[in-house]
Amino acid sequence: MLDNTKVPGLAIDRVGKVFQQAGKPDFRALDDVSLTIRPNEFFTLLGPSGCGKTTLLRMIAGFEHPSEGEIRLDGDPITGLPPNRRPVNTVFQNYALFPHLSVAANIGFGLEMLKKPRAEIEATVAQMLRLVRMEEMADRKTSQISGGQQQRVALARALAPRPRVLLLDEPLSALDLKLRKEMQIELKRMQAETGITFVFVTHDQEEALTMSDRIAVMSAGRVLQVGAPRDIYDRPANHFVANFIGDSNFLTGTVVEMSAGLVSIRLVNGAVLEASVPSSVTFGATATVVVRPEHAVLAAPGEGVIAGEVETVIYFGTDTHFHIRTGEGATFIVRQQNRRGDAAVAQRGEAVSIHLPPGVATVLAGEA
Amino acid sequence: MRARPATARAGQKATDVRYQPGFFTVALVCLIVLYAPIFVLVGLSFNANTVVTSWTGFTLDWFAKAVQNDDFYSAAANTLTISLSATVFSTMLATAAALGTTRGQPWRGQGAAYMTISLPLMVPEIITAVATLAFFSLLASVFGINFGIGNLIIAHTVFCIPFAYMPIRARLEDMDLTLDYAAADLYATPWATFWRITLPLLLPGIIAGAALAFIVSFDDFTITQLVAGPGQTTLPIYIWAKIRRPLTPEVNAMCTVLLMISVFFVSFSAFIGGRRR
Ligand SMILES: Nc1ncnc2c1ncn2[C@@H]1O[C@H](COP(=O)(O)OP(=O)(O)OP(=O)(O)O)[C@@H](O)[C@H]1O
Ligand SMILES: [Mg+2]
Repeated sequence: MLDNTKVPGLAIDRVGKVFQQAGKPDFRALDDVSLTIRPNEFFTLLGPSGCGKTTLLRMIAGFEHPSEGEIRLDGDPITGLPPNRRPVNTVFQNYALFPHLSVAANIGFGLEMLKKPRAEIEATVAQMLRLVRMEEMADRKTSQISGGQQQRVALARALAPRPRVLLLDEPLSALDLKLRKEMQIELKRMQAETGITFVFVTHDQEEALTMSDRIAVMSAGRVLQVGAPRDIYDRPANHFVANFIGDSNFLTGTVVEMSAGLVSIRLVNGAVLEASVPSSVTFGATATVVVRPEHAVLAAPGEGVIAGEVETVIYFGTDTHFHIRTGEGATFIVRQQNRRGDAAVAQRGEAVSIHLPPGVATVLAGEA
Repeated sequence: MRARPATARAGQKATDVRYQPGFFTVALVCLIVLYAPIFVLVGLSFNANTVVTSWTGFTLDWFAKAVQNDDFYSAAANTLTISLSATVFSTMLATAAALGTTRGQPWRGQGAAYMTISLPLMVPEIITAVATLAFFSLLASVFGINFGIGNLIIAHTVFCIPFAYMPIRARLEDMDLTLDYAAADLYATPWATFWRITLPLLLPGIIAGAALAFIVSFDDFTITQLVAGPGQTTLPIYIWAKIRRPLTPEVNAMCTVLLMISVFFVSFSAFIGGRRR
């Protein structure tokens, strides 16, 4: 193959990983993963525990070798390079700061290994300390700073050599909620200021939605969907993605009418619903549609498409969740924003109906 | 309300060995049996009387005599040559062995290697001594090879390895492997990673291991006695030979010097090992 077009960015090309385990059958941790991560993108790998996020990150960093496929950086294959020869740096989940070195020496370590002149190292370290707001702590031992500060030192250490790609493996998972929110904003700021590609791993869907340019949702070693947060939230590709990202209601019905991008679905209870379709469906086929709880509206009995009874009312401060038991015996969740002074829209045990405004329902692809 | 903390403490007392009846007495007897002879020995090295068993007054003469004794000197020189060489070699080998059995990809036979390295700790020393003697006799008779004092250095290096290995391995197992990954990630070659990250963090373990190896080699008797050739007398052997003659407090003084050296190294290694924990 002639590869004269150097595609910028990080290309993961049909990568698979099989772990050989003594005395046990081989375990496939990654299966045919293909991703193209653009330069200066904030790209997130999102998925439940054990889905292979860390394994993929370790292969980009060079700690693990793919069993199949190739990884290319700006068009050049890097699969054969050892970690120390890849222009890629990692922020480790447990930070992995060198305990015998000061904060400044930790940050300067990469540049020192690259044999940069002393003056340049000092200048860059000072700049990094400013970037992560740790100027006063330069001479401290890494054991003498707080968790959040350690996290920032780990970030500065990985950014100092100006890698082309920065890998972050759940860097915020050890922080408390408030610090976590602060660091999310800091991370976005640093990514904008440095222009480096970030590959971020998390299993927190909210974190993924707020921070990413694009998200890859993974499950059991496969990539299920890649897209902007909005795409993934509004048009989940399948049941797993819909369920994993945010709360979802699933309804089953038959396709009774089709037009460009829209279909009508006859639900089990006889009501007909308009839904958008990301891919093609066949006339008369069974389809599953997904409706987000905040897109559904509670209405008086008989007004909406689905009838039911309020089973539980949960107050969340900003909004209230109503669990509705429908006529078919399923539970449907409706989320309504609270306004000041409002009493709850409905009480427990009350008969209600669910109104679905046009365009809120999406057909899931490839679901019977 | 009041009773609860009291019962809690009573419950604790029941399982805490320190509150068992007779604990204090037993502990005291053990300590006396262990240390009293040593204190008596040290005390008698300051005894002015030539008869070891009766105290007549304080003197430092025996130390002066011991230090002026040429044989004591050459034995001390031999001991230090052998112990220091054996310490350096065995610590280096033990460090390499510890790295090989804890780092990198797990390999077939890793458990067996660990067993093989630590097994000599459990083999009776006299067996090791006889085997070592047979080995060197074979070398000398079949190949005509004799390393002189090198024979003793080799023998000591070999039996010191497991002693040096244990603390180094313990330290390595405590160490976070992701630090090595982090160094490699930050462009450090495997060699640079070893010198800049692994070795500095491992140093307390290496020092503790070296101190242990030194002590074990320094006071070794059985193996040295069998392997040593003429003119290769070490301190323990010299003292043992002297005890068979009419016993003078000079021997006590020599033992006290040995004891002080041992105590110094053990304290040093405990201090280093205890730091950074
Ligand atoms: N060295 C290994 N040998 C065998 N199996 C492994 C090895 N490393 C990882 N695995 C398996 O591969 C799968 C993916 O692991 P990985 O660490 O990539 O998960 P993850 O998505 O990062 O999960 P988490 O969110 O819990 O960190 C897991 O089932 C894990 O048990
Ligand atoms: Mg992980």
